Amino acid sequence: MNPRSCVNIHKEWDIVGARQLGREMAKEIGFGTVDQARIATAVSELARNIYLYAENGQVCFEYIYTNSQKGILMIAVDTGPGIKDISSVMQDGYTTSGGLGAGLPGVKRLMDDFDIESTVGEGTKIKAIKWIR
Amino acid sequence: MRIPILKLHKYLLISIQTEIDDQTAIQFQEDLLAKIHKTGATGVVIDLTSVDIIDSFIAKVLGDVVSMSDLMGARVVLTGIQPAVAMTLIDLGIHLQNVPTALDLEQGLVKLHQELGG
Repeated sequence: MNPRSCVNIHKEWDIVGARQLGREMAKEIGFGTVDQARIATAVSELARNIYLYAENGQVCFEYIYTNSQKGILMIAVDTGPGIKDISSVMQDGYTTSGGLGAGLPGVKRLMDDFDIESTVGEGTKIKAIKWIR
Repeated sequence: MRIPILKLHKYLLISIQTEIDDQTAIQFQEDLLAKIHKTGATGVVIDLTSVDIIDSFIAKVLGDVVSMSDLMGARVVLTGIQPAVAMTLIDLGIHLQNVPTALDLEQGLVKLHQELGG
């Protein structure tokens, strides 16, 4: 089994903690500087969403291996209000917080695989993978 | 944490050396505008050479501080954006159009000098 490392997100500084852990783990498994920056930025966006909208949640990382590839999986989970309309939050420029609305569509572009599940009143779970090229 | 702002003649120089969290970014925004007001600086260089991540929030704060300073009559140039940061910003869909940039601090100062007419 792959060990999983997690950072709890409930204060603003946890966003920094999460992206530092993400970057360290990315570096450790052999990602180059550009991909490390992509991963750290994606973590930052996901952690900030938790902090802004859900107040409480977790960002976890684990290494994943297939026969031909290795990479990093990040999972951002919260027990916040959930997202009613996922297609609108995946549009560039959509925001309810006065931000740039770059977060989720940006994360999707920064990472290789992206999956989002959300239930209104229960929370949101986002999984994203980056493979080493 | 506060980001130091240095005054050099009529310019302000900032080199961001720390990991920027949201609070630091917002505090910096306020500090810079206060300093422009106090010193009457006409040009500002924000050097990002040591910054290895700019996410959408930090990008918004930086873009805003450029516009805010502009309203006050001070021209801001961002310098030293790392290749990895530039690539990541474009992936995020953030183009920072209308934000003056230069390769490094030296060229940033040259740019200000040209734009402000010496």
